Amino acid sequence: MKAADFDYAAPRTLDDALALLARDDGAARPVAGSQSLGPMLNLRLAQPGLLVDITRIPELRDIAVDGDALVVGACVTHARLEDGGYPDPTGGVPARVAAGIAYRAVRNRGTIGGSLAHADPAADWVAALTALGADVIVAGPHGRRSVAMADFIVGAFETDLRPGEIIAAVRIPALSERARWGYVKVCRKTGEFSHATGAVLADPGRGVARCVVAAASGRPVVLDDPRLLADAAARDAAVAARLGGDPAAIRPHLVALRRAVAQVTP
Amino acid sequence: MNQHARTISLTVNGHAVTAAVAPRTHLADFLREQRLLTGTHLGCEHGVCGACTILIDGEPARSCITYAVACDGRSVTTVEGLDADPLAAELRDAFSAEHGLQCGFCTPGMLVAARDVVQRLPDADDAAVRVAMSGNLCRCTGYVGIVNAIRRVLDARKPRPE
Repeated sequence: MKAADFDYAAPRTLDDALALLARDDGAARPVAGSQSLGPMLNLRLAQPGLLVDITRIPELRDIAVDGDALVVGACVTHARLEDGGYPDPTGGVPARVAAGIAYRAVRNRGTIGGSLAHADPAADWVAALTALGADVIVAGPHGRRSVAMADFIVGAFETDLRPGEIIAAVRIPALSERARWGYVKVCRKTGEFSHATGAVLADPGRGVARCVVAAASGRPVVLDDPRLLADAAARDAAVAARLGGDPAAIRPHLVALRRAVAQVTP
Repeated sequence: MNQHARTISLTVNGHAVTAAVAPRTHLADFLREQRLLTGTHLGCEHGVCGACTILIDGEPARSCITYAVACDGRSVTTVEGLDADPLAAELRDAFSAEHGLQCGFCTPGMLVAARDVVQRLPDADDAAVRVAMSGNLCRCTGYVGIVNAIRRVLDARKPRPE
């Protein structure tokens, strides 16, 4: 349970971090709160040559409202999002999601960007930000680019990040006043990784009716069809068709989504 | 010494410390083996059991998946550093009175986490205490005594009705 040897740097600017990550041997990895990468290092599932600690870069710790979106820096911790105290045009959804992540001791260190970069299919932000229609702002050697969450998660533990790139921020679109949010995880123990996650955003003011099924074996399943909110049979069939495989294994996902839909149904 | 060793300066239990650490050394190993603060216990060493919970800048954290090198400039408090803390003293008494420990292995982490729960969630009912403490595992007493101990402290700190 001891990490293999690695070198460490804690740059103070994003440019310095990107320069350190631009090694072409692929041996440098960014790290923020180390709540996902830490276990991987201790179990020696990850053995990078260099860790680039990005938590000392001030711009990555900002929370701001930009136009019609909440922009959360990659190194903002779950606990900070949980505790509120920032302007939030999404009506408290990030705080509610953050409060359910693992345990407070983990939330105090773990970050929204680190969780996305790790891309565990069961991770809360993977499910919630997909349902919210967020964009990931990626910084790399050739500047910045924006990737929709639905395209950012490519598969289990796989993202659209290219070598040398890091997540700079997440851009969450504002919700209308009529928006309703449903979010349910199936966990046998509080705080453990979800076995099945259902997330629903019903925002008639913006014409959004989205169901997301996550914590399956790959990327989240996204169903953008307002009819599925009212028609449980059609919804179950759509999820089953996308997940495939053993009906018994699909069942927790159907239940999680059904309960999430119930939360948005008046 | 490790070829990648870095010199860090931090505060440990109120004392300024400057030390050379290998980046691979997690905070718990640094505290236990370089500072000889063996009150911080290591159970799972991958962030699941909570035995190694300590405070960084006053907030609970897992010292087994936090690396010492990342704590440059921070203030770290272990269970030893809570000896004179009034709330920790109340919790120690309550854990003793309520049989909140048997072997004691999980207790340092339990005390650090419980102190945070009492401070952050003064109105918590038993269910909320159980949720908030769920990141700390106990393998011998179970949780009834631990929850009762925290309940006792929460109740004792509530303002009495006139």
